[in-house]
Amino acid sequence: MQYRRKQDIHMSAVAINPLNRAVRFYEAPIGKKAVMAVTGVMLVGYVIGHLLGNLQIYSSDPQQINRYAAFLHNPSNALALWGVRLILLAAVVLHIVSSVQLWQQNREARPLRYYKKADVPTSYAARTMLWSGPIVAAFVIFHVLHLTTGSILPLHDIGPNMPDVRYNVVSGFQNYWVSGFYIFAMILLCMHLYHGLWSMFQSVGISHPRYTSKLKKGAAIVAILIAIGNCSIPIAVMAGLVTY
Amino acid sequence: MRIVLHIWRQANAAAAGRMVRYELPNVNTHMSFLEMLDILNEDLIGRGEDPVAFDHDCREGICGMCGCMVNGVAHGPLPGTTLCQLHMRHFKDGDELYLEPWRARAFPVVKDLVVDRSAFDRLIAAGGFISVATGSAPDGNAILVPKENADRSMDAAACIGCGACVAMCPNASASLFMGAKLAHLGLLPQGQPERDRRVMAMEAQANRELFGSCTNIGECEAVCPKDIKLEVIARMNRDFLHANWIGRGGLKGD
Repeated sequence: MQYRRKQDIHMSAVAINPLNRAVRFYEAPIGKKAVMAVTGVMLVGYVIGHLLGNLQIYSSDPQQINRYAAFLHNPSNALALWGVRLILLAAVVLHIVSSVQLWQQNREARPLRYYKKADVPTSYAARTMLWSGPIVAAFVIFHVLHLTTGSILPLHDIGPNMPDVRYNVVSGFQNYWVSGFYIFAMILLCMHLYHGLWSMFQSVGISHPRYTSKLKKGAAIVAILIAIGNCSIPIAVMAGLVTY
Repeated sequence: MRIVLHIWRQANAAAAGRMVRYELPNVNTHMSFLEMLDILNEDLIGRGEDPVAFDHDCREGICGMCGCMVNGVAHGPLPGTTLCQLHMRHFKDGDELYLEPWRARAFPVVKDLVVDRSAFDRLIAAGGFISVATGSAPDGNAILVPKENADRSMDAAACIGCGACVAMCPNASASLFMGAKLAHLGLLPQGQPERDRRVMAMEAQANRELFGSCTNIGECEAVCPKDIKLEVIARMNRDFLHANWIGRGGLKGD
């Protein structure tokens, strides 16, 4: 006789449809905000990792950053590289799509504007998230075209899968327009993170009178440090401190 | 003292509104804001004009009926008070004040400064309640509640449902109101049986009422006459995520 799986007859058995749950989750603004928080963590994690990689340009060994680039581009790492790229792309798409949907809903929630409206505690950074976001996104596209695909300035290679990062960065940042746009975008990124780095905790429900004020300060410090680190590279190139 | 008022006048829900200028030459500094509006209305009635409609009831800051935007700030410039508790001594001679009703799709204007806040009632009906057995009173202290939880619940229960949070929020979100109700009930043992269902149902109802969503900036907290903290919104988010992913209940909540 064949063994038949026992039916669950416990009182606590309930129909749990994961698809229903996911739909209900994303339908809710709180769910969309949680999506923005989680994708935000992923993106800011990448930003910090990317910055740490970039800071190798200050190494006393001028070839250090090129060795790091060759390591990343090594064909044996291709799977990991493309895996990370796809995950980041998915995070960017989810972050943007949910923010646009929330923005649309929020705009419709107040069809008639106030004649006079004050912003009591809202920081400039929080008020301009919808401006800093798209500009940083445009910058990311510019940055990829500039230093990954070489569509803006021709890129040098040392060998196959070995980009000459040092040359490409220095020659790019010697152009004041390019450097200016990088610095501008990094300041906006700093503002975006100034609000977003704290906000993501609130969105997933982490708030405590003992820790929230420290969390806000910590978020501001991290945002400023990221901006200083990133802006230092074009400034150092233009000042002639980093050369090819 | 002389006060210049610019007041939103709108005859009914369907009519178009506009700002109208009124000048009050003799405002006593001891008057409350609503008493100043009473004086204006007596003057308007004397001249045979339509008085300004505004909501009010207890005039001691506990009922949640009054409120309008004063120069773009809900309940006016004094923090932690309702409009009725704001006195004219906080203004200067010659001040120009712009009075507007709460603006949100979920709060349609009824007339002038009066808005329809039934959306809040429907949020409460959706989940802002607990089920209790009626009958004889239970023994005191039969259900133990930690003091800290009782205090936090009471702080959240101070919400009078005035709607200032929605009015001040750039997204017209009802998150602070919902968070207050969810914290008020969810911190007590009596609120546990319906806790998961409550957050799912209120959230769904807020969506149907076309409230906006929270962007974590704290305008609501700044104007709340009862000082409800932004922390209750984080608590609501946590409750929602828990109910959605971990809770065992069905998703019928609404």
